[in-house]
Amino acid sequence: MIRYLFPLTIFIGLTVLFIYGLQNDPRYVPSPLINKIAPKFTLPTLHNPESNISINDIKGTVSLINVWASWCIACRLEHSVLNEAVKKYHLTLYGLNYKDKRTNALIWLENLGNPYIESAYDEYGNTGIDYGVYGVPETFLLDKKGVIRYKHIGPIDKRQLDDIIMPLIKELEQEK
Amino acid sequence: MKILYQSIVFALVILTTHKSYPNDEPVYFTDKNQEQRYYLLIEEIRCLVCQNQSLADSNAPLAQDLRNEIFKMIKSEKSNNQITEFLVERYGDFVLYRPPLNDNTWLLWFGPFLFLIIAITTAIIFIKKQSQNNTIDN
Repeated sequence: MIRYLFPLTIFIGLTVLFIYGLQNDPRYVPSPLINKIAPKFTLPTLHNPESNISINDIKGTVSLINVWASWCIACRLEHSVLNEAVKKYHLTLYGLNYKDKRTNALIWLENLGNPYIESAYDEYGNTGIDYGVYGVPETFLLDKKGVIRYKHIGPIDKRQLDDIIMPLIKELEQEK
Repeated sequence: MKILYQSIVFALVILTTHKSYPNDEPVYFTDKNQEQRYYLLIEEIRCLVCQNQSLADSNAPLAQDLRNEIFKMIKSEKSNNQITEFLVERYGDFVLYRPPLNDNTWLLWFGPFLFLIIAITTAIIFIKKQSQNNTIDN
């Protein structure tokens, strides 16, 4: 009896392990920046190269920083979700335009709508490196003190916004 | 025979051609030591976009940027430790092809030995049983 049970248990064990493995997303790499102060940056704004935006302008309220680019196809998917989100909820949403051409990015916003309070223009992707960006779109959730509390990799869909991000924002807004 | 020659020539061409990274700024080192460190480092850092490739292998824009960043850091006399620390602070231990030993990775480091011990014990038990059976049969 044991002769047959032994391989069977191994088989079942491996199957469970593989099924668990398949549920994981290998593209998801936990960010070491969670619970750390958001890295500093000072960048020109997308709309006006003459004026700057820095992390200090963003600190103070619970806010989202969305890393996007006009060349990024998944960003297009996400964009309509963001447009709707800022209409539906009280959101402080900033953009980090990543390694883009300024004119392309501006046309993109004109055609698809601009949900951002302001977009920082990270032409060479240096701020992106400081934030550990590796797959656009990415979204960082900052608390009132400017600490990164959550990072979303890939496009945010409606359900993730309603079920994960909005509850987190409400929670963070309760903090002092 | 002809195919053999062709493949030898092909292999030689591949092996002797210097690796080049099409969209990068060309890298020039005056210091041989720095140059070696650069090529070693980009082999040992993982590209997060194509996760099974090192920075040296990958053509992803992010890999280009990071190669560039490493080049600049080496030029400004940063040590290997400072450079890997810079990357780990931003991308986590995952960027290192040689993971450090910590709470998350001890199983990765010692797991193989654990399996070796299990295998040896199983083998010993099996052999003992076999020889016991043999003596009974005889």
